[in-house]
Amino acid sequence: MSRQFLPVSRRRFLQSTALGAAATVTGVLSAPAVLRAQGAPVKIGVLHPVSGALSYSGQQGRIGAVMAIDEINSAGGIKALGGAKIEPMLGDAQSTPEGGNAEVEKMNAASVAAIVGGYASSICLSASQTAARYDLPYIVDVGVVDSIVTRGLKNTFRFGPGFGVIAKTALDNLVTLNDQAGKPAKTVMIVHEDSAFGSGLAKLLNTQLPERGFEILETIPHPTPTRDFNNVVLKIKAQNPDLVIPANYYNEYVLLARTMQQQRVRPKGIYSVLGGAASSYKFVKEFPEAAQYIMDCNHWFDPKNPKALALKKKVEEKNEFYTYEVYMNYSCVLLLADAIERAAAADRAKIIAALEGSTFAGHVMPYGPTRFVNGQNQGAAPVNTQVLSNDIQVIFPASFASAKPVFPMPRA
Amino acid sequence: MLSPAILLAAVLNGLMTGAVYALVALGLTLIYGVLHIINFAHGALLTAAMFAAFFAHKLLGLDPYIAVVFVAPLFFLLGYGLQRFIIGPAAHGEDRNILLVTLGLAVVIENALLYAFRADTRTINLPYAFDVVEVGPAFLALPRIVAFVLAFAVALGLWLMMRWTDTGKAIRAVAKEKLGAELAGIEVAHIYAVTFGLGTACVAIAACLLIPSYYVNPHAGNAFVLIAFTIVVLGGMGSVAGALIGGLFVGVVESLSGYYLGESLGQISIFVMFILVLLFRPSGLFGERA
Repeated sequence: MSRQFLPVSRRRFLQSTALGAAATVTGVLSAPAVLRAQGAPVKIGVLHPVSGALSYSGQQGRIGAVMAIDEINSAGGIKALGGAKIEPMLGDAQSTPEGGNAEVEKMNAASVAAIVGGYASSICLSASQTAARYDLPYIVDVGVVDSIVTRGLKNTFRFGPGFGVIAKTALDNLVTLNDQAGKPAKTVMIVHEDSAFGSGLAKLLNTQLPERGFEILETIPHPTPTRDFNNVVLKIKAQNPDLVIPANYYNEYVLLARTMQQQRVRPKGIYSVLGGAASSYKFVKEFPEAAQYIMDCNHWFDPKNPKALALKKKVEEKNEFYTYEVYMNYSCVLLLADAIERAAAADRAKIIAALEGSTFAGHVMPYGPTRFVNGQNQGAAPVNTQVLSNDIQVIFPASFASAKPVFPMPRA
Repeated sequence: MLSPAILLAAVLNGLMTGAVYALVALGLTLIYGVLHIINFAHGALLTAAMFAAFFAHKLLGLDPYIAVVFVAPLFFLLGYGLQRFIIGPAAHGEDRNILLVTLGLAVVIENALLYAFRADTRTINLPYAFDVVEVGPAFLALPRIVAFVLAFAVALGLWLMMRWTDTGKAIRAVAKEKLGAELAGIEVAHIYAVTFGLGTACVAIAACLLIPSYYVNPHAGNAFVLIAFTIVVLGGMGSVAGALIGGLFVGVVESLSGYYLGESLGQISIFVMFILVLLFRPSGLFGERA
């Protein structure tokens, strides 16, 4: 009874393990050749914060990336690799830079060819740095902090615009908008969340706006989350500025806009830069009155591109909102697939070289020609949007505009 | 800046917000007063109740103020069950075990909500959500006034119950002297569970009052719980009147300091107050001396 679970003698055991090890070694060595012939799948890392504070954005980003991968695969995969399918390795950065790093390590160990994603600037910064140690190509999906592309990392590419470009565009367009309307706006109040994004923006606006002829009445910081905006709105009411510039995340943005509507505070314009909800279909759908006429300078799809509109339809059919995370990740995956196609290999160095020389045009963004300098796409640019009769329209630049701006907002 | 109109508006706003804080704190203080534990699952239960109110509106078309009639008893039963069948048995009579069990419950509930409903932020848009009542120079949103009145009613009801009913007396007896109460024939495990249920029902009512003007996502409840802890300490652990007055007081302090120091810095004053109370009056404003 007690002996029956020892059927293998020690010698037999040693023999078989040695054989097994030998088989494994030969298997590994011969694998690439065999796989190439069969069009073996190309693994890419899809990294997003799908849990924790940023999980909504992370989940939206994942939707976009996975949709692009599905489209590529159903259209015959990577043709230069014999129709190889793209196999996503989904990672959760848990809304922290450390979480992002851990996933990059895992993805590297699983021999992915490249990584797309990150979402938050802080995650993008650390995850791309970790990937750089393995010469692993990293495409930043959103992360706008400028230092992401100024560290001289050869592996890091950002397809979308950085903060500097966005802020400059936003200010230029604000001046144009105001001039076109006969300069109705002179005074400004800024409401911003107090972390790096909101504070950085507020600081920039505080130096730039006075140079462009605006007077800043007050700058109001608030934490995330803020439970109640009545005090902030009271302050706005007391000072009665022409323009209110909010810089905060989705929930706070919505609360602020709702409270302003409730307290009957109607400045001549609400103009945001990377506003948390200002160009969100969800906000417009749920609070059409509070959202009406709000302007934003943000990431947006090209409203004249049929591919972008087809994607919008597809996303909305899945009962998801067509947010910028979706189409930016979608575009980034297509950019990567194009590079793998031209590299004709799942080799990391070759993919990096292909990305450096990319002139990819099959994306859905309103960008100029794709050209990477030090990892930053020079064609990337934000657009200005405005909420007009329950829809979001592009109002600047003229080449992509789908409507004329309404400013100052009409008195109800 | 110091115009009386704005000052009045800020104070009124603070009172409105404070009433809801008080309701959350009421549940917490009740559970603390009797079970002598800090219920870490309080925030998660608040979130769960907000989801319940949200889906009652979305799927059944129930107004949150009507849904409260169903959600509150439901959460009473939930709280009763949690204490009777999970927290109580898992504690094995040790307070620090209860602490860990409630912490574990909070993690489980929050992540279950995250899994089921994703991190999506949800709001409901009610026809009266933007109606305002003019009180002198201040515009007060209708949902906030309703919340204020109902929070008071609940606090009063709870106080009356504790004072005059047999259950209330039993709860107070268990809180004061567990062994003595048991000897007098009070079933302690049952009273524990009833208390936990009542605390959870308070949170459910708070959720229904919050949802017309706030949002819900799997982390929404946490924003209120830290404040509720402060209120419980301020008002005196276990005191119903303390929770109510403490809640209103914290609401006004938060509102005024938010207005004069800014929203970022304004939060500090609440916690400065918390530390001061702990230093100079550790039993709280209405608490009994330990």
